[in-house]
Amino acid sequence: MVQLCFRPRPMLAVVLGVSALATSALFSIRAQSATDQGVDFQKDVQPVFQASCYPCHSAKIASGDLRLDKKSLALQGGVSGRPILPGKSGESLLLRRLTGEDKGARMPLGGAPLPPDKIALIRRWIDQGAQWPEEAPAAKTTSKHWAYVKPVAPPVPAVADAKWVRNPIDNFVLARLEREKLSPSPEASKETLIRRLSLDLTGLPPSIAEVSEFVSDQSSGAYTKLVERLLASPHYGERWARPWLDMARYADTNGYEADRRRTIWKYRDWVIQAFNRDMPFDEFTIEQIAGDMLPHPSNDQLIATGFHRNTMFNEEGGVDKEEAHWTNLVDRVNTTATVWLGSTIACAQCHNHKFDPFTQREYYQLLAFFDNGAFTVKTYGDTSNKYIEPQLEMPTPEQEARRVKLNAEIGELETRIKTQTPELDAEQAQWERAVHQASSEWQTLAPAKVASSGGSTLTPQQDHSILAGGSNPAEDTYTIEAKLPAGRITAVRLETLPHKTLPRGGPGRDAYGNFFLSEVALEMEGNELRIKKAVPDDGRMNDKKFDQLWAVDASRDEERLPRQLVLLLDTPAEGGGTLRVYLRHRSEFGGQSVGHFRLSVTSSQQPDQIVKISARLRPVLEIDPGARTEKQKNDLAEYFRANAPSLKAARDRLKKLHEERDDLGIVSTLILRERDSFDRPSTFMRSRGEFLSKGDRVWAGVPAVLHPMPQDAMPNRLGLAKWLVSPENPLTARVTVNRIWELYFGRGLVETSEDFGTQGERPTHPELLDWLATQFMEQKWSLKAMHRLIVNSSTYRQSSRVAPELVERDPYNRLLARGPRFRVEAEMIRDIALSASGLLSPKIGGPSVFPYQPDGIWDLPYNDDKWEESKGEDQYRRGLYTFARRTAPYPSFLTFDSTSREFCTVRRVRTNTPLQALTALNDPAFFEAAQALARRIIREAPQPDVKSRAVYGFKLCVSRAPKAGELDRILSWYKKERQYFEKHPGDAAKVAAFSQDGNGDAAGQAAWTMVSNVLLNLDETITKE
Amino acid sequence: MMRDENHHLKNLTRRHFFQQSSLFGIGSVALSAILNERLFAGTTGANMRPDGGLHFAPKAKNVIFLFMAGAPSQLDLFDYKPALQKFDGQPCPEELIKGERFAFIKGVPKLLGSPHSFKRYGECGAELSNLLPHLAKIVDDVAIVKSLHTTQFNHAPGQIFMNTGHQIPGRPSLGSWLTYGIGSENKDLPGFVVLLSGKNQPDGGKSCWGSGFLPTVYQGVEFRSKGDPVLFLSNPPGVEMETRRRSLDLLRDLNSDHLADVGDPEIATRINSYEMAYRMQSSVPELAEISKEPQHIHEMYGTEPGNASFANNCLLARRLVERGVRFVQLYHRGWDTHGASNNEDIVNKLAHLCRETDRAAAALVQDLKQRGLLDSTLVIWGGEFGRTPMNEARSGSKFLGRDHHPRAFTMWMAGGGIKPGITVGATDDVGYNIAEDAISVHDLHATILHLLGIEHTKLTYRFQGREFRLTDVEGLVVKKLLA
Repeated sequence: MVQLCFRPRPMLAVVLGVSALATSALFSIRAQSATDQGVDFQKDVQPVFQASCYPCHSAKIASGDLRLDKKSLALQGGVSGRPILPGKSGESLLLRRLTGEDKGARMPLGGAPLPPDKIALIRRWIDQGAQWPEEAPAAKTTSKHWAYVKPVAPPVPAVADAKWVRNPIDNFVLARLEREKLSPSPEASKETLIRRLSLDLTGLPPSIAEVSEFVSDQSSGAYTKLVERLLASPHYGERWARPWLDMARYADTNGYEADRRRTIWKYRDWVIQAFNRDMPFDEFTIEQIAGDMLPHPSNDQLIATGFHRNTMFNEEGGVDKEEAHWTNLVDRVNTTATVWLGSTIACAQCHNHKFDPFTQREYYQLLAFFDNGAFTVKTYGDTSNKYIEPQLEMPTPEQEARRVKLNAEIGELETRIKTQTPELDAEQAQWERAVHQASSEWQTLAPAKVASSGGSTLTPQQDHSILAGGSNPAEDTYTIEAKLPAGRITAVRLETLPHKTLPRGGPGRDAYGNFFLSEVALEMEGNELRIKKAVPDDGRMNDKKFDQLWAVDASRDEERLPRQLVLLLDTPAEGGGTLRVYLRHRSEFGGQSVGHFRLSVTSSQQPDQIVKISARLRPVLEIDPGARTEKQKNDLAEYFRANAPSLKAARDRLKKLHEERDDLGIVSTLILRERDSFDRPSTFMRSRGEFLSKGDRVWAGVPAVLHPMPQDAMPNRLGLAKWLVSPENPLTARVTVNRIWELYFGRGLVETSEDFGTQGERPTHPELLDWLATQFMEQKWSLKAMHRLIVNSSTYRQSSRVAPELVERDPYNRLLARGPRFRVEAEMIRDIALSASGLLSPKIGGPSVFPYQPDGIWDLPYNDDKWEESKGEDQYRRGLYTFARRTAPYPSFLTFDSTSREFCTVRRVRTNTPLQALTALNDPAFFEAAQALARRIIREAPQPDVKSRAVYGFKLCVSRAPKAGELDRILSWYKKERQYFEKHPGDAAKVAAFSQDGNGDAAGQAAWTMVSNVLLNLDETITKE
Repeated sequence: MMRDENHHLKNLTRRHFFQQSSLFGIGSVALSAILNERLFAGTTGANMRPDGGLHFAPKAKNVIFLFMAGAPSQLDLFDYKPALQKFDGQPCPEELIKGERFAFIKGVPKLLGSPHSFKRYGECGAELSNLLPHLAKIVDDVAIVKSLHTTQFNHAPGQIFMNTGHQIPGRPSLGSWLTYGIGSENKDLPGFVVLLSGKNQPDGGKSCWGSGFLPTVYQGVEFRSKGDPVLFLSNPPGVEMETRRRSLDLLRDLNSDHLADVGDPEIATRINSYEMAYRMQSSVPELAEISKEPQHIHEMYGTEPGNASFANNCLLARRLVERGVRFVQLYHRGWDTHGASNNEDIVNKLAHLCRETDRAAAALVQDLKQRGLLDSTLVIWGGEFGRTPMNEARSGSKFLGRDHHPRAFTMWMAGGGIKPGITVGATDDVGYNIAEDAISVHDLHATILHLLGIEHTKLTYRFQGREFRLTDVEGLVVKKLLA
């Protein structure tokens, strides 16, 4: 009997059994009344169909192709034929199947036969002609799923052991335990209690002083005092922000492929502060869903709307902007439903919810609330544009003043650089002459010898150019020898020239006429001529990625131009001798060498004058100024202004001003804003949830199964927010207190804290859940009030020791016969290590930080962003502040089951894996904590002896003194370890690296570091017990 | 004492699993993975028998998925189209592209014949491009599938869809479903290993091998080519293996003391996972040490120890499946040959990628075969979608390249119960649409699971109130592919 009651399922069966009995009694009364008058389909028959037939014979399943929920289809029948022959009940298959007269299976299949009175009713109905209105609306479901019924405060049950009760939570828990013939566990030790409370309320372990103060405080109010102190701690908000941020899917990047950074940490800080101020949960909700729509919203209320700006943002090249935006709206609906309604409404995006009473139309009605947000369309490049939602900038008055000034000056300079003046005309004319003249200062070299290392054929031409042909290897070095004219040589020039024999006309040899030149070297009479700089008139220089000196893309017809590369010599050379030029080609794609080229030299003092015009504009220069087209003139003038010496100062200044404007450090954050509109928000249905299959227009509205929106409420996002926290809402309070319970006890009263629907788990303590939910609203949605209630209960204060009989009986502690015991969450593991070792920075809020992370984690395809480690205290901030990149989460957190924050997560799973062991043992961030802890042990232990140090270190990690056996183990281990390090001073120096105090005892420090490494890895250290 | 605790724990977990399974809807197939002595989802050979919890007798035990991220051009490698050669440069017939959405193509594009030549190879006579000379030698061992199609036409969602059956990040990947379902045979190595080569990560990022809502223990573990093969595998400087062993002894003793005190079985699990971590510290480096492979093997694969490459990863993949690792996935990135520039076209870049991958991929199949492992190892080669029969010519680019094409693309498979030497499916004259045997990504997944002995509709996990499965609500096993 006890066994039976222990399982939630049989309990459920009992409850259902009772209600089924009650309903059938009701039906029999009605059935009698129906004998006198005609049988009414809707009133009498449909309820029977609904209860017994529709589960298999309606739209959802239509077993045997038979549907009894629609007249036309019912009369038409299914695979077994027509079920109803009006007026002829004896021949109607429906009746024969109900009675079992037919050779086919008796209906309802697998269930008990219908009671005779109901069969009689249906018989009469058929005999009376089976009157059935064409459009009979389905009768209302008789019993609503528990979670959709508004909770009412249940009576607090009486218990036998009233002494144990501290508050009504205990009545509910103990009443259940007593029914199960179980007793609660004794209260946990004071050391355990203060560690449990500190971790639960602030996410940090208590200091040794705090522990001893609490342990020695014998006053009756010691515990409550401690609770109040912790609730008032500024770290309280940090601890409770973490799970909220998982639900809000808060991250510092946009997600998807590009995954660029975003700035929205102000939202994270808003959550922390809201918790610290104990902002009532209804306000907390309204500001996040619709803070922008409150009258004259404050910056804080705008920042709060970042909740729904935490959606990902797809910036991939070919993505459809509307679809990207749509995906965000879908995420907003799903997240809202999960966080406030504990409902998995996402199913209804594609079809009516299979289990819960949400229709597809209702899904889009909810979505409509969000489809009225403001955005602008921005275009990038020539292929993509995006919907950009608003952001809030929060400049200080000084920043704003500076920005206004900068913008003014930038505007001025930009105009100046764009304006062609008579002075510039003159300067340009002079420049044109100089470039012209430069071409006469070069002397072409006649090749004396040519050679190709890769086997290409190099053929000197009439004009002393050289044409390549024949085989086309991936690696090829051309060597050209030529006699130099007498006199000074300041530079060598390589011209590359198109030629009709080359692919697509050259000048290169690859399939498109391009070339890649890896390296150039010059030799005169066997001595290297050093090149100071290579200056091209076009093409890409020094491409490190492909290891190329000069790469030219000539694939387009208009790019099939002669080009020049001027090699400025380090020191001028005396001519007259033999020059040898090496052109090295090396391409990972195969033959891409230069195809047609010519060499020349100059003695000019300004040899690069010749390339001070782009290859593309050089032909324009050759045209007489009067004969140039308007476009040619403008292009040339623009090119000149971008290089004009007289404008250099202006250009430099402009660049500086742009940089200064970018570096103003104005804080911004992403927010929601409603589009100005007098219409009720609306959207379009999407068939099967697919973006492209647009259906009917639907207007914003709430699901019918839940409380209606008040008549006078505005049907917009603000109205929705208020509706979510209406006292009529059966879900919000329950769902919220359940999540709080889950964080304390490891499991919610409803285990599926994200799903209160019919497919979720039923509550283990339904009355307790309802009592807490009603309390929550009565206490004006105060979260701290709920924390106070829970942590002050005897239920919470129980020891978490797992008695063997409890392991058997209730392994998951659903009955709460003991206190909670489970591994803490990823961020808290870091916080405990930093806190125990004394490294932790207590700083609250601000931009996200970059603690140590192994190389290569941020190796992403379309983003060169680098993880640059924070300096100083930012290296040791709480885990909450670690920069959260969606496609590359912080590895040690991910290993400990944190989430990528791509979607709303209510519940993290809790695994226990070897990768976690490797992380906590070897991650440099954790090992550094071990080194710091060792240093702290040596410096701070009350006595400078081994025993005192061991006790001190142990206490720092688990807040209690070691037992005698534990201490013995540590001490004897330390002794051996110390001996090892004495024998291995090299190892000792490395292990103690960070903790070396300069007192020369490297072996001792190394041994303490290894002890610390073990202590930080104790199960107890990373467990709340 | 330790043994007792473990025993106790094992019983406990097993019993609870049975008690829970009906509540959470985990198919019985997932039993092996839940038992905590197999934290890396290790399972014994017992589970590979049909009576060991699988739905069918499995053909394959392990999978090696060579993921060609960026989408290789099927029209320049496998699916030869004389019509494209004939109408090269002609505008694409309008009826093909009416209402079509492309990633980058604007206006009416022109058809593009392959710049590469094709020939028939092997006894099966499969047609292959001259860019795949090594695959040509083993073509009688593989099945070429020319009729894959997907719903996604951008890389990240396409890759995530190919790996998880859903285009938005956050669902469990194929490898996690497999290790969740049937575990792995090596208890000292992760059951699902990911190896990367080419330029950085695939576009879909870590979501491609994520565990989604499955416990993180089932996510793919990235073996890195630089530094520690597994993150934090090496001890800190100065901590020798013997020092680590001693410290783990102390840790185990202290944890055992506490276990005796508080009785929480989770502590025993923690002790186990630290012991496994220690075993990994020696098994992983041993595995990653490919320099000791004989010279002829290096020549076969084209491997250069110490020089991260696709070839090295292929050899590592063989070593991993030899050691019983269930699912090995290689990513080689760079196949996105749009022709927008000279280093991402179908002339130069495609040839380059084939030189990087063809030899090693063929060597892997050959090597598995000569070791008798091919029958039990399913090798899959392919990307997230295909490429258009039209030249993209983005912004008037003159480089030859093709845009993303989800409607038809090619993959090849070998071993593990795949019928060798066949070609399945065909496309129309220009390779735009599928002409016969359309195979969706869900179908592919269903087939892979089938080969491993799993009925794809029965491998489920309950999350957010719904039963989820790899194949969502679709998926048909492709019978033609089965040996």
